[in-house]
Amino acid sequence: MKTEDLIGVLAQDAPVAWRLSSRLAVAFSLGALIATTLFALAVGVRPDLLAVGGSARFLFKFSFALALLLGAAGAVTRIGRPGVGPGPWAFLLVALPIALALAVMVELFVTPEALWGTRLVGRNAAFCLTVIPILALAPLACLIIALRDSAPSRPGFAGAVAGLAAGGIAATLYASHCPDDSPLFVAVWYSSAIAMVVAAGYLMGARFLRW
Amino acid sequence: MTLASREQEWAELMRAAIAGDAAAYRGFLQALTPHLRAMARRRCDSYGSPHSDAEDVVQEVLLAIHLKRGTWDQDRPIGPWLSAIVRNKMVDTLRRRGRHVDIPIEDVSDVLQADEPPDATQAHDIDRILSTLKGPQRDIVRSISVDGTSVRETAGRLNMTEGAVRVALHRALRTLAAAYRGNV
Repeated sequence: MKTEDLIGVLAQDAPVAWRLSSRLAVAFSLGALIATTLFALAVGVRPDLLAVGGSARFLFKFSFALALLLGAAGAVTRIGRPGVGPGPWAFLLVALPIALALAVMVELFVTPEALWGTRLVGRNAAFCLTVIPILALAPLACLIIALRDSAPSRPGFAGAVAGLAAGGIAATLYASHCPDDSPLFVAVWYSSAIAMVVAAGYLMGARFLRW
Repeated sequence: MTLASREQEWAELMRAAIAGDAAAYRGFLQALTPHLRAMARRRCDSYGSPHSDAEDVVQEVLLAIHLKRGTWDQDRPIGPWLSAIVRNKMVDTLRRRGRHVDIPIEDVSDVLQADEPPDATQAHDIDRILSTLKGPQRDIVRSISVDGTSVRETAGRLNMTEGAVRVALHRALRTLAAAYRGNV
């Protein structure tokens, strides 16, 4: 076929009825809705949420998860657009591990050494490692499907960022259930659970987001 | 024409195209193609691919631009979007083709001996891939590409609604892109 003929074919398919931003917004909302429903039905918030909600450790844990969610969601909106840089959201994602490291140092400073082990292991580590990836499944699938219309320069990396956003949704929900508030617990178990989701996102991206 | 005014013009054509203006879209693609072709030939040289691959590369890049045009944020300039998508796709397709470069020497000498120079805008991969399309998708692409009919005429000819032809055409183009990824 001559290129001129191909252009003729493409021209007949000119209109575009969709917007990447609205597809991503729908995917994000739908994924978050499914995860929240699942969380409300099967897990639920902790009974003493109102009592501990103002404590420094809980506030740090919850804000950490929420900031991760916002930063990664912002990055997802840009990752599939060719020629668009990472934007302000990337700074948030870089700042988060630093904030976590600082919080860990403060925790080690204010906590007697004898309690470090207890704080680190917590009460719910295995549950945390299970629930966060399960809650992240639906948001991750929705985001990957929406990103199939995008054009990421590195498909695996784009999938990993989608995994980070899905992990952020799951971690934010789970943070309102989990009785372990220590930054030590967050640094080890939340990070591991989110890393599992990111790895799954990477594999899905490498497989489904090529174009 | 300066770079800035060309970018401005292309952006306007693309906006009209996304809103459904087939003539504007054709104009945009026709204006872009010579640049793609020059780039593809240079890249073929640097990747050690034969020049005859260049037009296949041009067509694959055009298809990628087509399927991904919804990722262009219309509030931003079109230049960076276009160069990123072209660079990504070109590197990708040449790398893939580079692995399969295997030209028997007879082909080369045939070309050298040919009286008529081969048509430099003719590509071959796409015909091989088109032949794997099925049913109405194949008929629609053939009707538009070979006979130059519009969607409306094609719908009348194939006894389909215009909407059905549009959907089938779009699916056919997506299938084409997937086949390029898998086969070439």
